Amino acid sequence: METFAFYLFSILIIGLFTVTVLSRNILYAMTSLAAGMVLISGLFFLLGADFLGVVQLIVYVGAVMALYAFGMMFFDATGVVKENNTPATTVFLLGGLSAVVLVVIFAAPAIGGNVHALYPTPDGATNPQAVGLVLFTKYLIPFEVAAVMLLVAMIAGIILAGKKMDKSLSRMKDESPASEKDVK
Amino acid sequence: MIGLSHYLILAALLFSIGLVGVIRRKNLLMLFFATEIMLNAANVAFAAISSYYHDLSGQMFAFFIIAVAASEVAVGLGLLILLYKKYGTLDLDNFTMLKG
Repeated sequence: METFAFYLFSILIIGLFTVTVLSRNILYAMTSLAAGMVLISGLFFLLGADFLGVVQLIVYVGAVMALYAFGMMFFDATGVVKENNTPATTVFLLGGLSAVVLVVIFAAPAIGGNVHALYPTPDGATNPQAVGLVLFTKYLIPFEVAAVMLLVAMIAGIILAGKKMDKSLSRMKDESPASEKDVK
Repeated sequence: MIGLSHYLILAALLFSIGLVGVIRRKNLLMLFFATEIMLNAANVAFAAISSYYHDLSGQMFAFFIIAVAASEVAVGLGLLILLYKKYGTLDLDNFTMLKG
């Protein structure tokens, strides 16, 4: 059963992400990316990382993709993206080669076998309990730093996107770009 | 039976898909999508290693990757909106104003 679920999820994820990367339509790319994120959370549930799967669903599918969907309203998203793509064969060759090199570099310690559990999973605790135990003891300072980083990102997003929000985009195209400099 | 290497190979495949997208696409929004794919591939590898070595550090790093991705999207999308307001396009070939 686990084998079947793994292969089903992985084939679907690879197919959907390939559509995301190769599609010429932004809306198709965004919806297939969102579907792939949902299926990746399925992989997390399969691995026993329940809390990570729920966070993936809430943050990625709920927040990040919704943010993309809202951002899409500013762009001309319905049409076909006109791009001047680099030749496909060199791209696939370069991408594949560098990915293999990266994977070999990062997998080398794991293959060597000298990997020890730094914070072993506590016995008799469900996954969210264990995550809470480790996150709020060993990883408390990174957690707080991540909180501050999210706050900074929120303020930056509001300030960046909120500038001149009261003017419509189509009217702004008539202005010359030089007049933008005296906004701030 | 599904082993650790299955998950690592899947993560490598997803990462290379994202890398191909980053190299190939010229639209900035598509570049963001490809970056998300690469971050998710790293998350899959982290969760798999954390599960097979019974170590929670991998899941912790996956959480922090998700936090970094969320803030990256917030700031990046704001910048994209500013760029689109200023130039009316998101094509990378149009942003060559630093060329001498």
